[in-house]
Amino acid sequence: MKEHSNFEDSFAAHRNSTGVSYMDDQNDPVKMVLGHKDVRKCAFDWKKFQSGAVPGRIVVPSEVNIRDIRQIPFEVDPPEHTAYRSLLESWFKRPLAADYEQRLEVLVETMLSNMSTKTSFDVISDFSLPLQSKALTFLLNTPIEEANTWISWGTHVFRSDETSLDSSKATVLFDYLDQKIDQAELNPKDDLYAVLLNAEFEGRKLTKEEVKGIMILTFAGGRDTIINTVTNTFAYFAENPKNLHLLAENPTNIPLAVEELIRYFSPLTQMGRVVTEDTEVCSHAVKKDTRISLCWASANRDEKVFENPNTVQLDRKNNPHVAFGFSHHKCLGATHTRQLMKILLKNMAAKKFKINILNAKEKMEALGDTQRKVGFESLVVSISK
Amino acid sequence: MSEIIFITKDGTETKVFAQGGTLMEAAKNNNISGIDGDCGGVCSCATCHVYIDELHANDVNPASDMEKDMLEFDELTTPESRLSCQIPVSEKMNGIRVRVARS
Repeated sequence: MKEHSNFEDSFAAHRNSTGVSYMDDQNDPVKMVLGHKDVRKCAFDWKKFQSGAVPGRIVVPSEVNIRDIRQIPFEVDPPEHTAYRSLLESWFKRPLAADYEQRLEVLVETMLSNMSTKTSFDVISDFSLPLQSKALTFLLNTPIEEANTWISWGTHVFRSDETSLDSSKATVLFDYLDQKIDQAELNPKDDLYAVLLNAEFEGRKLTKEEVKGIMILTFAGGRDTIINTVTNTFAYFAENPKNLHLLAENPTNIPLAVEELIRYFSPLTQMGRVVTEDTEVCSHAVKKDTRISLCWASANRDEKVFENPNTVQLDRKNNPHVAFGFSHHKCLGATHTRQLMKILLKNMAAKKFKINILNAKEKMEALGDTQRKVGFESLVVSISK
Repeated sequence: MSEIIFITKDGTETKVFAQGGTLMEAAKNNNISGIDGDCGGVCSCATCHVYIDELHANDVNPASDMEKDMLEFDELTTPESRLSCQIPVSEKMNGIRVRVARS
């Protein structure tokens, strides 16, 4: 029974009846939009469904109570959003450069080789978290040793084991970033901090607050999402080893496989928007200053769009998934994530890993009257050749 | 082998030759600016948005419903819009002029 690599569609009943679902979130309820087309339509309509609300409010669960700094560009609407985004795009496309790819290749190959010598290991703490953190040093162009500090923070920068929102943990990140931005101002290096401090934005330099807002997004957006994607990939190939062999035989299918695994896992369940006027979504009235969310995870299982949506088809060619978001706010880190996942799959396939799950504890998200498996709290495995 | 002329946002015209594959792949193989093809051609990212003018519209395959859906919510979409990952290169396309939507 393939229980560990099965990630059920938690939204089908609501998606196929009303098209929406509800959840409370710290007394600021969310109307979740579930269908693929409705999600895309609302994501596109930034005038009615804004991102530039009170900082933290479009995140579900809301981060209003733990931060007042705006994450940039994702909590900004056009036209300012467009200007911020164009400032950042070339830096976030660096993962396509040959030297960046080569460094990722060495990192992944070395880490996988180390894992295969262990009797057993926890994929999250021993592999996914260190891999995500070390790979992030490439994206920021900072020394790889910085990753040790980030690894010590755990899998999520705003959440701890005790609570879904942890302001003391957020403070650790904010203080760290203040320190790094100050250091970059005094002693600029060739890293993202210095590039941002030097950047021209609408005829002026970015403020330290803006630089910090961009850096918080870079740290928070690509942390538990990448960790879950990598960990879930181990669970998938543990229970579907033949498909790893097929990828070894057909490496040209690896990019398709990456898109399909990301669709299936949809590591970010949803992202909110604040309604700017009384209007409708899926024929349901929504009031000004309430929240909706764009439920990427549900849209990616919409049977109107995807054939056999609950099956992983690693060679799926038509795959208009929205796991990286849609429209203006598509994930800036998607290029880095795709590159990392391609290299991971290539190396796992080349090594012909046979992964055995020894112990697994699922990580569930509570979403109103339902819950969704997003990954694992722990996944202990062994590897045999 | 087909000759394809890509016109980028800054007006630069680049002539490329392609056989097989898709228009997006032909652009990427020749480093055409504004064609990223991030998703590898599965119709997810819309970073390969191009315009095929009316003169050549019948020289390419028609857009599928999926492609039309993806283009429906893009601020740069016009009646000439296509996703180049969804257009297989064919002999019929020889001499086609393709304008890139994004810079």
